Amino acid sequence: MPYEQYETVIGLETHVELATKTKLFCGCSTEFGGKPNSHTCPVCTGMPGSLPVLNRQALKYAIAVGLATHCEITRHSKFDRKNYFYPDNPQNYQISQLYLPICRNGWVEISTPSGKKKIGIHEIHMEEDAGKLIHDEWTDSSLVDYNRSGVPLIEIVSEPDMRSGEEVTAYLEKLRLILSYLGASDCKLEEGSMRADVNISVRPAGSSLFGTRCEMKNINSFKAIERCIRGEAERQIERIEEDKKEVVQETRRWDDNKESSKAMRSKEDAKDYRYFPDPDLVPIDVSDELLAEIKEEQPEFQEEKAVRYKEEYGLPDGDIRVLTSDKRLAEIFEETAKLSGLPKKASNWLIVETQQLMKEKNEEPKDLHFSPEHLAVLIKMADENKVSSGAARQIFNAVYENDCDPEAYAKEKGLLIVHDEGALRAAAEKAIDSNPKAAADYRAGKEKAIGALVGFVMKELHGKADPGQAGQLLAGLLKN
Amino acid sequence: MSEHVIDDDTIDNIEILAKLSLTDEERLQAKADLSEMLSYIDRLNELDTQGVEPMSHVFKVSNVFREDVVTNGDGSADTLSNAPARKDGMYQVPRTFEE
Repeated sequence: MPYEQYETVIGLETHVELATKTKLFCGCSTEFGGKPNSHTCPVCTGMPGSLPVLNRQALKYAIAVGLATHCEITRHSKFDRKNYFYPDNPQNYQISQLYLPICRNGWVEISTPSGKKKIGIHEIHMEEDAGKLIHDEWTDSSLVDYNRSGVPLIEIVSEPDMRSGEEVTAYLEKLRLILSYLGASDCKLEEGSMRADVNISVRPAGSSLFGTRCEMKNINSFKAIERCIRGEAERQIERIEEDKKEVVQETRRWDDNKESSKAMRSKEDAKDYRYFPDPDLVPIDVSDELLAEIKEEQPEFQEEKAVRYKEEYGLPDGDIRVLTSDKRLAEIFEETAKLSGLPKKASNWLIVETQQLMKEKNEEPKDLHFSPEHLAVLIKMADENKVSSGAARQIFNAVYENDCDPEAYAKEKGLLIVHDEGALRAAAEKAIDSNPKAAADYRAGKEKAIGALVGFVMKELHGKADPGQAGQLLAGLLKN
Repeated sequence: MSEHVIDDDTIDNIEILAKLSLTDEERLQAKADLSEMLSYIDRLNELDTQGVEPMSHVFKVSNVFREDVVTNGDGSADTLSNAPARKDGMYQVPRTFEE
C-alpha cells in the first residue's frame, strides 16, 4: 500500500508544571534555579514518617483547567502511589492519580488551515514532579538535585484524535493559551514547565481500528514535535511495508539532532507500577462551594474575548488575534482603550510599536511594565495634534522603558507642537521671504510648491509645528 | 481454598520490580511464604463484598489541605546528611543510563 494511504493517529500526554508558590504536598518553594537541594524537606525527599498535605491552590488550578477544557470534575477523588525505583524519585513511588483522576471527559477546539476540530481530553490528573539528574563526566556518576521533587504537575491526557503535526501544534498552543489565561502555569515547553509525550500509530486511511502505538519521549520544542511525528510515522510505515513486520509497542527516545528514535530498554520501562491508594493522603471531596469559588474566578478566555472585541471595538481580525494571544496584552489593551476612548489607536500601539520593541528587547508580554494610563495619555496627545507622529514614537519608547509621564517627558524634551500663533506666523513669514521661488510658484498655481515652505517652517520650529496648521497659515499669507 | 503455586517467572519478576537478587535457597523460601500469604488473603473471599466501596482510608476524613505559603527554608544540609555519597551539593549515585 502506498505511504500516502496511511494516516497517522496521535494522542498526547502533556505534563504541565503548576504555578504554585509551594510544592504539591509540603511548604518548600517551587522557585526555579535555587541552590541544589535547598528547596527540600523530609516530605519531598520521601523520609519515613513524613506526612504529605495537599496544596489547596494546586487542586484549584487542576479543577480550573478541567473546567476550561469542558471536563467533568470528579467530585470524589484520591491519590495513588505509582511504584518504581529510580534515583530521581526518592520515595520510590510517585504520588499520582490512577483510579479517580480529578477531571475526565473533556475537549478543546483547535483551528488549523483545514478548519476547526474538537480534540477529546481523556483525563487530567495531579501528580508530583521528580528530581533532576545531572551527568557528571568527571566521575562518570549521576548527581541528583531534589529541588523539583514534589513540584505540582497536571498530566493532561488527550484522546487519540490528532492526525498531523500541525494539529498537535495547534492543540498544544490551545492548551498553552488556556493555561496562561488561567495563570495556572507559565507553559514553557523549552524550559520544561510544559512537556509532552507523544503516542503515535499508523493505519490505513479511513480505518476505524487503531494500529500498535509507540510512545515517544524527550521532545523539547514545537518544531521537534512535528519532526518526531513525521519521522516516527515513516518508521512505522516502512516497517510494515518494507520489512513486512508488525509495529512493536514500546517507548522510544527521540533524538532531535539525529532526527531519529531509539527504543528504550524494556527493563527500565517495566510497566508494572503496582498502583495503590496512598494511605497518607485522605480523599478529596470537591464541594459545591469550592467548585463555585473556582468558577467565579475563571477569566474571560480568548474565544470570548475575540467575539467581544469584534462587537465592542469593531477591530479587524488580525488585531484581535494578536491582542488576545496573551492575557496581559489583552488587559493592557482593554484598559488603554477605555481610558483613551480610542480602541483602534490603542490596538495599533500595542500590535505595532509594542511588538517591535518587545522583539528588539527580546521581551514577552509579561515583561511589559508601562501603565495603560500613560499609553492612553500619549494616544490622546497624538490624536489632538499636541505632538507629531515621530515625536509620539520617541515618547512611547520612553514610556515603554520607564513608564514615564508622556506629558512631562514631551515638555522636558521640547517635543510639544507649537500652537503659538505668533511664533508660527513669524516662521511662515520667514519661510516666504527665504524661498521666493516656492512662494512665486504657489502663487502661480503650483499648489505642490507649498510643501517646501511647510518644510521650512517645520525646520525653523524644530519639528514642533503642526504641519496642517502651518500649511493653512502659509496659504493665507500667500493669498494676500 | 486452593493452594497458590508461585512459579519461577513470578519470582523473577518480583526480583526485578523489587531490585532484589535471591539465592536459590531464598527463592524456595520466598515461594513458600508468598503462597502462604496469598492463601491467607484468600480468606477474604469468604465474605460477600457485593456493593461495598473499596476502602482506602480507615478514618472518615476528607479534604485536608494546606494553603500555598512557603514555610520551609533551606533544607539542603539535612537532606544531604542522608546521602551515602555527595558532590557539589547533590546526591551522587551510580550513573543512570540515558542513551
